[in-house]
This record gives sequence, structure tokens and C-alpha cells, in this order.
Amino acid sequence: MLDSMYGAVELGLLYSLMALGVFITFRILDFPDLTVDGSFATGGAVAAVLLSNGYSMWIAMIAAFLAGTVAGACTGLLHTKGKINGLLSGILMMIALHSINLRIMGKPNTSLLDIEPMFSSISPIWVKLIVMAVCILVIKFLLDAFLRTDMGLALRATGDNPRMIRSFGANTDNTKMLGISLSNGLVALSGGLIAQQSSYADISMGIGMIVIGLASVIIGEAIFGARTVFWATLAAVLGSIVYRIVVALALRVEWLEASDLKLITALIVIVALVLPSARRAMKQKSMAKKRSAQLTAEASKTPTPTGGAR
Amino acid sequence: MLELSNVSKLFYPGTPDEKIALFGINLKLNPGDFITVIGSNGAGKSTLMNVISGVMTPDTGHVKINNSAITHLQEHQRSRWIGRVFQDPMAGTAPHMTIEENLAMAYSRDKSRGLAFGVTARRRKLFYEQLGRLNLGLEKRIRAKVGQLSGGERQALSLLMATFTKPQILLLDEHTAALDPSRAELITRLTESIVREMKLTTLMVTHNMEQAIRLGNRLIMMDKGRIILDVNEERKKDLTVAQLLGEFEQISGHKMTDDRVVFG
Ligand SMILES: Nc1ncnc2c1ncn2[C@@H]1O[C@H](COP(=O)(O)OP(=O)(O)OP(=O)(O)O)[C@@H](O)[C@H]1O
Ligand SMILES: [Mg+2]
Repeated sequence: MLDSMYGAVELGLLYSLMALGVFITFRILDFPDLTVDGSFATGGAVAAVLLSNGYSMWIAMIAAFLAGTVAGACTGLLHTKGKINGLLSGILMMIALHSINLRIMGKPNTSLLDIEPMFSSISPIWVKLIVMAVCILVIKFLLDAFLRTDMGLALRATGDNPRMIRSFGANTDNTKMLGISLSNGLVALSGGLIAQQSSYADISMGIGMIVIGLASVIIGEAIFGARTVFWATLAAVLGSIVYRIVVALALRVEWLEASDLKLITALIVIVALVLPSARRAMKQKSMAKKRSAQLTAEASKTPTPTGGAR
Repeated sequence: MLELSNVSKLFYPGTPDEKIALFGINLKLNPGDFITVIGSNGAGKSTLMNVISGVMTPDTGHVKINNSAITHLQEHQRSRWIGRVFQDPMAGTAPHMTIEENLAMAYSRDKSRGLAFGVTARRRKLFYEQLGRLNLGLEKRIRAKVGQLSGGERQALSLLMATFTKPQILLLDEHTAALDPSRAELITRLTESIVREMKLTTLMVTHNMEQAIRLGNRLIMMDKGRIILDVNEERKKDLTVAQLLGEFEQISGHKMTDDRVVFG
């Protein structure tokens, strides 16, 4: 039991960079980017090829990140310069990446059994988890800092009020491309991390990632809130961990199959998306009831002018 | 300063829906001019603003600032010279970002945006002082999200942001129209004092006739995409709302129709 929890936290940390990437596009840019499914596998593929060819872990991870930024830039170009609908740009890129990833690896999957995963020499396991968490948090803090720079502010304003930031001289095409690139860079880095950790990269490893990323972001926001950038990015990281714990628990339920996972994830996202608006509607309705009761009470107190002399 | 020559802009040209938003507009602003613009609904006032700020490119004609042609520069490329406040109080600020972050973005208008922090201690001090000039107590809420401000407060902030870097041209498109009368009055007063203090060259669309006469040193009247009347400072001094409306009817041949018009 404890072992599977440790495993879940570890996976959550590795996937948290993917959640941060999804956070950048969905929450900051307000751009539903579906490239993620493709770019996650791109990261895995690039890392796997470099690692199996004897390159160092660092180089493999940096290359995975860069490959992701290139994929993101392509989606950004399709959307901003090609004026293709945002969802469609992402889907096109995702499909294209499927072939590209196959080209990168040269085969549908690559085994990395003779490669020592990062931090695997650290024991006991909780020390290893702390070291990993620190590394992830460093990336989180770098992202926070970036989002507070002049460039980062323009990026955030692009999602918040593009018309306004254009009137202050920012090219929103460029800020969008920057955001989508950065996002997919993080997603691909996450894919690289997962590949080295599981000693395996697979052409289909990215399928469903976008929904998992969204689920992480949404769960994180629901539990930890997202009032400031600091909390929002922290929530994405923690949301990713919570998601993996939920999955680990769900897998212990006897009548659930591992293949039901994607359905469960989709359900989590659906519930999380529907709940807030349903709650808001309910609140409004009860408020309206209360107010109209008040108003009728007031109206019955003051005598209504009926008839009367003119 | 700003010069428009023979500027025209059509929507849906050649179709039954054809709209002549601007037609053969010639307009020259001198440095320090404060021009008020009036005209009925659909006269082309907002289109004029959009053509100047680069939101739209004119079909014919040229736009120049300081004698250099900017007709084909994109909006973000010319916005370093042009400050804007929109009619919608929501349009000029980013609601999910703080007051100081919004001001930082305005501060970077004429600079390249790099990897330096947007809000530094030095800048925050400047923002604090500038917000103080609005007399709305916003300087004490410098870390509040802009979405929490009232429409009037947001519009005051928009005005401050638009003028922060002393733009060459200030464009105001009915920027008080969405506010209640007392708030509108406040924003009008702020506009007056900021424009005067910073000697900004300003083009202000208003639906308030009295205000159009009282403010600024020149008044232009638009109808059906044309400038039909251009009143200079001297004549403007003893112009009345009734005279203005009379002139409008005489020249255009129809009554002034504006769903938001305020006569005095
Ligand atoms: N983006 C657009 N697409 C199509 N037609 C437009 C567009 N913008 C303006 N128009 C048309 O151009 C004409 C001028 O519009 P404009 O918004 O400039 O008028 P206005 O003087 O600002 O009017 P108002 O007082 O109502 O704000 C109108 O007939 C309008 O319908
Ligand atoms: Mg208008």
C-alpha cells in the first residue's frame, strides 16, 4: 500500500511538468491546445533515442524540452499566421507529430532497460521523492518568476485581454507562440522524464495526456485555489500528484480495470467542469428567491396607492 | 502631429449591405490640439479611431504621425505613440491581473519587453504616486485584481494607463458613456486635468454636446463617414448646443440621432 503511494507521488511529480504546460495554455493563454498528446510522446521519443545512443541524461532532457518547444511553435504558427482555429491547429499538429515521433524513434517503441533512471541511486525512497520535489519546485519557481517579467505579464494579458495588451504595443501573435512553445516544451520534458523513469518510450504514450493534464489542473485548483500565480502553479503540481494518488486508489478497487482509467479521468474533468457552473446557478436561484421574498414583504408593508382622489 | 489625408473605409463594399464608414477624411492635428468629435450613430467616429490606432487599415488614403507614414503599421507597432481609452470599462485593463501589473504593462508600452521583472520597487513607487493623482484611493489597493474595481475606477485606471508614457496622440472613444453621471463627471475632470498637464494631443469622441463645446480647442462633427463641420477655438467659445444642433440639421439635412446623446 505505502509502496504504491510512493510510486503515485513519484509519477505525479514527473507528470506535474505536463500539468504546468497545460496550465499555461488552458489557463493563462485561454487556448485549448491539443498538441500535448503528440508533444508528450515527442519528448519521450527524443529522450529515448538520445539515451539509447549513449548521450547523457541532461542532454536527453534538454533536447526533449527543445523538441517540445518546436512542436508548440508549429501549432502557434498554424493558429496565428495560418489563422486556423485553435483546436484544429492543435489536432493537426498532434496527428503530424504521431508520424514524426515514429520517424524519430524509427520503430513504435524503444526500450531503455540498460539506462539507469535519474535519482535511482538515492535511498530511502522518501529522500528520493524530496530531491525530485525540489527539482520540480525549482522549475515551478522559474516559471513563476518568468510570469512576472515584462514578457510574462504580456503573455498573461494575452489570455486575459488581448485587445488591451495590443493597445500597449505587444504583438499577441508572438506572445501566443511563446506561450504555446513553452507549454509544449514542459510537456515534452515531462514525456522525457517518464520515458527514462519507466525505461520505455512508446509511440502511444501521449494518448489522453491532455485530459490528464486538465484533470490535474482542475483538481489542483479545486483543492488548493488559484488566487495568484504562485498558488496556481503550485496547485497544478499538487493536482498532478493528487490525480496519481486517486488513480492508484481506483486501481485497488476490484471491479475496476486499468483500461477504465481514461473513462474515470474524463469523468473527473466533466464533474469538475460542470460543478462550479451548476453551483453558481443554484446560488443565484436561491438568492433570487430570497430577494423576491424580501421585496414582496416590503411591498406588503407599504400601502399600495389604489384608486385615490386625483 | 497627426495627419489623415483622403482616408476612406468601406464595409461590405459592393454588396447591398455596403456601409461607408469613412469617406475622404482630411484631418490635421497640431501639437497640443484637444479636439472633440460628435456625430450621430454610425457616423464613423469609432472607425476613425480604429483607422488611426491601426485596428483597421483604410481602403484609401494615408495616416501620418510626425510626418512619417504609419498607414500600414500594425496596431501593436504604432501603439507606442498612441494611447487609447475605450468606451467599455472592461476593455482597457486586464481583469485577472493586479493594478500594479496592469500599470507595469502600460509602463512598458514604448519599451521592448524583456526578462526584467515587471513590478520592481522603483516602479511600484512611481505607480503609487501616479495612482494618488486620481484621488480614488487606488494606490492603497495596488495589489488588488483589477476585476474587483468598479466601472468608474477601472476607467480612471485605463485613463492613467493610456497616458502613462505621454503618448503623442490620445484617443478617447466615448470613454465616459458607460458610466453613471457622477462617475462620468469624475472621469471627464480627470481627462481634462491630465490632458492639460501633459499637453497631450487628444481626439475625444463624446455624445455629450455641452461637453463637446466646453472641452478642448476644436470641435468636429461627423455624419455618414464625413467631417461636415469643423469649429475652431474662437467660434467654439460662444457656441451653444442649440446652435450646434441647428448647424447639424442644416448641413446634413436630417436630425441628429444618437441613442446616447446628452444635450447639456
Ligand atoms: N467591424 C465592422 N464591420 C462591419 N461594419 C462596421 C464595422 N464597424 C463599423 N461598421 C459600420 O460602419 C459605420 C460606422 O460605424 P462606427 O462604429 O464608426 O460609428 P460611430 O460613429 O462610432 O457610431 P456610434 O455613435 O454608434 O458609436 C456603421 O454603419 C457601422 O455599422
Ligand atoms: Mg462608436
